[in-house]
Amino acid sequence: MFDLVWLIPTFPLAGVVINGLFGWKIAQKNKSLVHWIACGAVGLSFLVTLVLFLQLLELPSDKRLYDFTWFTWISSGDFVATVGYQIDPLSMFYCMFVTGVGFLIHVYSIGYMWHDEGAYYRYFAYLNLFMFSMITLVLADNFLLMFLGWEGVGVCSYLLISYWFSDLANAVAGKKAFITNRVGDFFFAVGLLLMVTYLGEHGVWSLKFSDVFTNASLLSPNLITLICLLFFLGCTAKSAQIPLYIWLPDAMAGPTPVSALIHAATMVTAGIYFVARCNILYSMSPLAMGIVAGVGALTALLAATIALTQNDIKRVLAYSTVSQLGYMFLGLGVGAFAAGIFHVLTHSFFKALLFMCSGCVIHAMSGEQDMRNMGGLRHKMPITFYTMLIGTLAIVGFPGFSGFFSKDEILWKVFSSGHGSSLLWPIAVLAAAMTAFYMFRLIFMTFFNECRASEEVKKHIHEAPKSMTVPLIILAVLSIVGGYIGVPASLGGGNLVEHFLDPVMGLGKDKLLQSTGGQALMHEASEAVAHHSFELEYSLMILTTIIVFGGILLAFTMYMKKRSLPDTLAARNPFSYRLSLNKWYVDELYEKTVINPLHSISLFLWKGIDVVVIDGLVNSTAGFFMKCGVVCKASQTGYVQRYAVSFLVGAFVLVAYYMYIR
Amino acid sequence: MTDYQSIYLALSAMLFVIGVFGVISRKDAIVVFLCIEIMLGAVNLAFVAFSRANQSAEGIFMVMCVMAVAGAEAAIGLAIFVLLYRKTGTINIDKFNLLKW
Repeated sequence: MFDLVWLIPTFPLAGVVINGLFGWKIAQKNKSLVHWIACGAVGLSFLVTLVLFLQLLELPSDKRLYDFTWFTWISSGDFVATVGYQIDPLSMFYCMFVTGVGFLIHVYSIGYMWHDEGAYYRYFAYLNLFMFSMITLVLADNFLLMFLGWEGVGVCSYLLISYWFSDLANAVAGKKAFITNRVGDFFFAVGLLLMVTYLGEHGVWSLKFSDVFTNASLLSPNLITLICLLFFLGCTAKSAQIPLYIWLPDAMAGPTPVSALIHAATMVTAGIYFVARCNILYSMSPLAMGIVAGVGALTALLAATIALTQNDIKRVLAYSTVSQLGYMFLGLGVGAFAAGIFHVLTHSFFKALLFMCSGCVIHAMSGEQDMRNMGGLRHKMPITFYTMLIGTLAIVGFPGFSGFFSKDEILWKVFSSGHGSSLLWPIAVLAAAMTAFYMFRLIFMTFFNECRASEEVKKHIHEAPKSMTVPLIILAVLSIVGGYIGVPASLGGGNLVEHFLDPVMGLGKDKLLQSTGGQALMHEASEAVAHHSFELEYSLMILTTIIVFGGILLAFTMYMKKRSLPDTLAARNPFSYRLSLNKWYVDELYEKTVINPLHSISLFLWKGIDVVVIDGLVNSTAGFFMKCGVVCKASQTGYVQRYAVSFLVGAFVLVAYYMYIR
Repeated sequence: MTDYQSIYLALSAMLFVIGVFGVISRKDAIVVFLCIEIMLGAVNLAFVAFSRANQSAEGIFMVMCVMAVAGAEAAIGLAIFVLLYRKTGTINIDKFNLLKW
């Protein structure tokens, strides 16, 4: 049964081939066939995943690992790389929501893209290609195949951000995303090569996850730290963390379903998947863990401060994605891998939902994205309003909603785990309060008060079609109930997620580490948790909730009660307001410190080195021989008799040589 | 016997030098061509002389070959000159210096 795993990536690939090669023809005959093919392919993938997932659940937890090798990809001397898929709790967990949420967003795209004038089939071919790459990424059983998927999602992200490429801004945004990711991928590849080289020195010529992790203790601790940090730099680009997060807000130039699928729910969590997958390597390096946690916390805070003042509805959501991704890394960094992954799941539900709702709003407002021109939409689009409210409650961690459980789990682990620190916890809570504020600011500005749109736009405001609202409702339900699979022990739950993921991370891996001589850091961490009591956990939970309510209340007073307050505040603190509005001037900083110097260096290398030195060398060599030619060509007069004379002289010389000299 | 031998060879050498001088100095293409024929005749004479001195027929064969080639060459060469004359109105070889760089 598990051998059917190859079907999961194959369906979307078939969709790419059909829609990519023949889509233009299909679309001419029957436009709706295009989305039937695309959605059907992802739907089938989801069904296969679901069946395999249920099969996996039936096995005892220590047997839940299956490796399916499809074929040998590269074989070079001792080094072998295969195309193989791995079924274990982590990969299936990811695959479930990737295909599931992916399917819903495919369906949503039908309604969103139907009236678009661009090539309908091209959009769906790209979307399917993304699904194929993402599934390859999470199912791969070796680093190399995973890296293939990793690059594949990057390409699809680029293609879809600049989907409306005739607009220069979109093309630029796509380029920015691609180049920023390239910077990260470069470091990622360096880490990969370092790892292969040094493992190869010990005779382990394999990139399989299982081989690498069992032999990881052969590497020196410093080397592991270096490799982990290089990998993490790759993850910061893909998952939009400091210092490489700048591409994500710009990536909102793409169609909104793309923002929901790629730039909120799935692709950007690839970095979290990778760190969680390599939890053994990271556990062996406390420094790398600390940096992961620190970067995560800082990103969560920074992105939240920027989101406070943004006026573009999608930009607010983009910065909140960056912020939430920061939370996930914070969770991973303190050793709470399962909590981080759990937040990935709930985040994929509520953030996809929020983006899709914002898509409905933008759709209804005829493309308007500025929240200052919205308002009062709650009566005109009730389904969108209620589902978005649910998504918002989930993201701010309102008790009972999915985000509450996952975010609280991370916050608790940050406070209590052996890797955590008392410095990180206040940062995370502060970011949570800001999240509550800016998300409710978004809700109040968009759905409440009077409508500030022009009369022309007002006329067209309508609820979205069925293909868009049904996925919203499904995701809204998931945003509520999705959290109940991971209810912590303190609230009477079984924390199913953590136990499910145990074979990949946590205690199961500890045994592996001890058997190979590694340090069992995770074990210490889980022991440290046990020392704290439930009372402490409850009080922290309540404290966080109160702070979150404070954020909501502040948003209510500022944007419902005293609506002049935001302007007065901005006028009174021009410096901090500008700092937040202009995104801490990070783009400008990078422009000054990285892009401009690179630009001048490139310019120097072009005008100075390439044109003058290299071209000069080549051209002067050619020039030299041309001059020689000019001198020599004088002997070629074209007069036959002169040739005859030189012939004769030559004959004399030869004869003389052989007669007298030799 | 050997005296005759050197006389033949001397005659051959003289004819050859005359031919060479003609090829180098004369401007009329047909005269140049005739001088080449003189050179060939000189070589043929040397072949026959050596063939006789060595009492072998190999030189004679070679002479036959050379004469056959010379005949073919004469036919083609003269045809070329006729064509050149028709095209340019002259067969002064100083006028034909197209074959350069």
